[in-house]
Amino acid sequence: MSEISAEQVAHLANLARIALTEEEIEHLTTELGQIMQAVEKVSEVATPDVPPTSHPIPMQNVFRDDVVGDILTVEQALAGAPESDGKRFVVSAILGEEQ
Amino acid sequence: MARAELMDFDEALELFEPVIGLEVHVELNTRTKMFSAAPNPANSEFHGAEPNTLVAPVDLGLPGSLPVVNGEAVRNSISLGLALGCSIAESCRFARKNYFYPDLAKNYQISQYDEPIAFEGSVEVELENGRVFQVPIERAHMEEDAGKLTHVGGSTGRIHGAEYSLVDYNRAGVPLVEIVTKPIFGGEADAPALARAYVSTIRDIVISLGISEARMERGNLRCDANVSLRRRGAEKLGTRTETKNVNSFRSIERAVRHEIQRQAAILAKGGTITQETRHWHEDTGTTSPGRPKSDADDYRYFPEPDLLPVVPSNELIEELRAALPEPPAARRRRLKSEWGFTDLEFQGVVNAGLLVEVTATVAAGASPAAARKWWTGELTRIANARGEDPAALAEPALVAELAALVDEGVLTDRLARQVLEGVIAGEGSPREIVDARGLAVVSDDGALVAAIDEALASQPDVLAKIRDGKVQAAGAVIGAVMKAMHGKADAARVRELVLERAAGADADADADA
Amino acid sequence: MSEHLIRLTAAELGERLASGDVSSVEATRAHLDRIAAVDGAVHAFLHVDGERALETAADVDRRRAAGEALGPLAGVPIAIKDVLVTEGMPSTAGSRILEGWVPPYDATPVRKVREAGMIPLGKTNMDEFAMGSSTEHSAYGPTYNPWDLERIPGGSGGGSAAAVASFEAPVALGSDTGGSIRQPAHVTGTVGVKPTYGAVSRYGSIALASSLDQVGPVTRTVLDAALLQDVIAGHDPHDSTSIPDAWPSMAEAVRRADVAGLRIGVVKQLDSDGFQAGVRSRFHEALELLERNGAEIVEVSAPHFEYSIAAYYLILPAEASSNLAKFDSVRFGLRVTPEGGGTVEQVMGATREAGFGPEVKRRIILGTYALSAGYYDAYYGSAQKVRTLVQRDFDAAFAEVDVLATPTAPTTAFKLGEKLDDPLAMYLNDVATIPANLAGVPGISVPAGLAPEDGLPVGIQFLAPAREDARLYNVGGALERLLVEQWGGPLLDRAPDLSSHEMAAAEEGVV
Repeated sequence: MSEISAEQVAHLANLARIALTEEEIEHLTTELGQIMQAVEKVSEVATPDVPPTSHPIPMQNVFRDDVVGDILTVEQALAGAPESDGKRFVVSAILGEEQ
Repeated sequence: MARAELMDFDEALELFEPVIGLEVHVELNTRTKMFSAAPNPANSEFHGAEPNTLVAPVDLGLPGSLPVVNGEAVRNSISLGLALGCSIAESCRFARKNYFYPDLAKNYQISQYDEPIAFEGSVEVELENGRVFQVPIERAHMEEDAGKLTHVGGSTGRIHGAEYSLVDYNRAGVPLVEIVTKPIFGGEADAPALARAYVSTIRDIVISLGISEARMERGNLRCDANVSLRRRGAEKLGTRTETKNVNSFRSIERAVRHEIQRQAAILAKGGTITQETRHWHEDTGTTSPGRPKSDADDYRYFPEPDLLPVVPSNELIEELRAALPEPPAARRRRLKSEWGFTDLEFQGVVNAGLLVEVTATVAAGASPAAARKWWTGELTRIANARGEDPAALAEPALVAELAALVDEGVLTDRLARQVLEGVIAGEGSPREIVDARGLAVVSDDGALVAAIDEALASQPDVLAKIRDGKVQAAGAVIGAVMKAMHGKADAARVRELVLERAAGADADADADA
Repeated sequence: MSEHLIRLTAAELGERLASGDVSSVEATRAHLDRIAAVDGAVHAFLHVDGERALETAADVDRRRAAGEALGPLAGVPIAIKDVLVTEGMPSTAGSRILEGWVPPYDATPVRKVREAGMIPLGKTNMDEFAMGSSTEHSAYGPTYNPWDLERIPGGSGGGSAAAVASFEAPVALGSDTGGSIRQPAHVTGTVGVKPTYGAVSRYGSIALASSLDQVGPVTRTVLDAALLQDVIAGHDPHDSTSIPDAWPSMAEAVRRADVAGLRIGVVKQLDSDGFQAGVRSRFHEALELLERNGAEIVEVSAPHFEYSIAAYYLILPAEASSNLAKFDSVRFGLRVTPEGGGTVEQVMGATREAGFGPEVKRRIILGTYALSAGYYDAYYGSAQKVRTLVQRDFDAAFAEVDVLATPTAPTTAFKLGEKLDDPLAMYLNDVATIPANLAGVPGISVPAGLAPEDGLPVGIQFLAPAREDARLYNVGGALERLLVEQWGGPLLDRAPDLSSHEMAAAEEGVV
């Protein structure tokens, strides 16, 4: 099940927005193959009759009242930003020229 | 960009059956956001706040921050689900939809995936021509809105060619309910009108529930239209396109019609439709290709581990069901009879998507006839000229006030139209505008001219200045005339007449009036 | 004087502070002096805020002098794992991508610690985003085990454990996703507790795997851990998964510790040849000691525990890949622009490439894979089912016994670099600690002695049913008392004197 190709790793890196180098992709391809082989063990016991568990402590209906609470000031909001215009966050263009 | 080839609409209908699907996003008007206690800009009280002033840590995706569900938003979503005739899930969950985009603070959207809060419903929709459709609802689910991007640089202010973008996260986390229809068959030539009427009906429903401001121009209600064509006689459905963010009633109808014609032209030539999102351009009335559907749409949904299942009790569901307002179709039947409208009159209001506005205007004190006249008349005329929805132009309460001024004899219809322009321009309430502009019923040019001539005669230096091109000198004359008329003259008209009289019969008409 | 102050437990120091014997400023200064003296060799801290610590201490002293009623840990210094956000103090989670980021808010456990009058000294080192078992994956260099500076202090919370073990702080906060509190406790001869999932708020804890993460105490004694858990536990409306129940006093459980009649289950599957001989022998000796004092030792089976690591290394990377998506160069943290500029997508890609270390990238890619279309059911979905099976194993075991016991980790501290290139070997460190995170149950690691073969510390782990954290404090407190009596003093008394290592470390260029 877990034959992972370099192309797949490159695709995953793109989904995860990490500009991996060719060398990293190659290295990760091998490692991921090994790790996936180890973790595939879960399928041995994960039979259809077993329900999945998402939360270790089952609870439900945890809601907040619709009441305004503490918020950040615009200065606090922007304080950590790599770039801002004093009101908003600045990012470079979203689409490349070719698009 | 080459303009897409279009097939004649009737011809397209002969060859193909249009199948539409609609996704409507409703911004709820709760006081706080879906997952944070920050004020909700989709609530009128907080609308228009300065950028990034309505944000809690979770709205910025700050490390360590956690979402907590707004219980009121859940109640509203259940109410909406019930109003759409849906079943309410015994238990449902939130899920993360993972994709990177700078307006998405966490780079995942908290949404619902395989377990929506409401599913399998149906909405009665009535068309202009009286046809009634049952639009099948697939699901309604809760999610959060994204922030807002402003593209800077480049000529169009659009994403293409922009040099950089600015991000405001005020809208991030605004509670949304996404309502998804099943494929709608049988619309045929009415498909575009059906799309419009459906969205209009959704708007009526959320307004009657009081759960959204539902102002399309503010993005409180947004529509994505899926369109595909099926060749006559074929079993198989065609490939669909999804036209994004079509945000006025007019545009919805136009966009669906445009896609039918565009796709038909391609298919008739033996071409294929690309499954893609398309962008609607209000100015040209066309769509252009966006991103093709691809592997990049691998959203890697998984149950949101920071949130717990929502398990609405039967008591809650029944409490909300009991509090549901009258369904739109029943309500329309009642209003028509209460207002004493003819079929034609009432249908005109409904078809224009103005039922909500007329209702609100009547509620604010106007007669049904006057409310109908203003909304379907002057306001619609101005809106059409501007390519906007009439509802975006004026608050119903102000229209009611205007109608009252006419009823009181303070304004003639002609002056009232001028006052309305002031209202649309944001100059204030009709009464304020009447005062500020000095608009009143004395509009008899003869009386005004007499007063002007008298004033000019008594101020010969003013006359000379105006003839020298110093038109601002006219102010002294206008003031005298307004005084003589006890303020009940249309100052703009007086100014016009002063300049005319001063310039003489052969003067240029380009005087700065 | 100051040497004496740093050797006090938090409980003792709290009493001395209450009696007016010692001021918080004195205690804080003593620990800051100790940090200045030994942290060059240990590198437990990423950030020390001495000035603010002394101000806070002076304020507590003033309040005490004014007669204000203060809690048992008021005025006691504390170190905070860098995974917890702290207003006004940099919070990096050990990652380059958050270098210099100063959060605008406090994590709930940090807020509670401040409200209890405790004195935050600074932020402790950790594996980047808590991914690791050795603290070697910190972007800011490793932490060194105070018992042997060539060895790892465990991870991910190696900084907190080393800070406490080297007397730089009496207590610390940690976080435990698969053993990050308990395994460092095991290799440093300290006490670490992972409370029941939801007992301590996760608000402000930079998320690794949301359904596994839990904040907890890192201390030198079981009583100190209990006192700290009493401070940080409790319902928090900012964390939806926070348990609303009221908690009994853990400190009370330690003070009344008594194992007579206690049924202790030994998990058969975690008592195997896979564990270092000295780890096993100390484990069994501890059990025998408990048995001699009235506990009943029973063997239990947990047949699905062997699937835990596999399930964990699917669930963790999946959740982490999503949790770490927020580090994108837009709102906070690092921004790297490719040469000649680039689109926002390219800037994000370059930033994440430069800002994340190899282990983080490995797990993000792994998690992205496990969640991607067509693989979800086989991987993430199956792992969630294993979670159910592990929970059932616990349920069955706890129907028989009051607590479970296992060695905390398979080996004593290994050498720096030894497992760095073998992720699978590194992952095996967590074999005994992971089941508790999958099931949400609480666990404690208590020093059990030194392994005869290498003279390095060994821990014993106890596990209790969810919400029964007090049972851990009971059995842990009882064992600690018996062992300290047997040893004639705390285990850490036998740790090497760090001041002699200071020069050597400096010469090796470690400082």
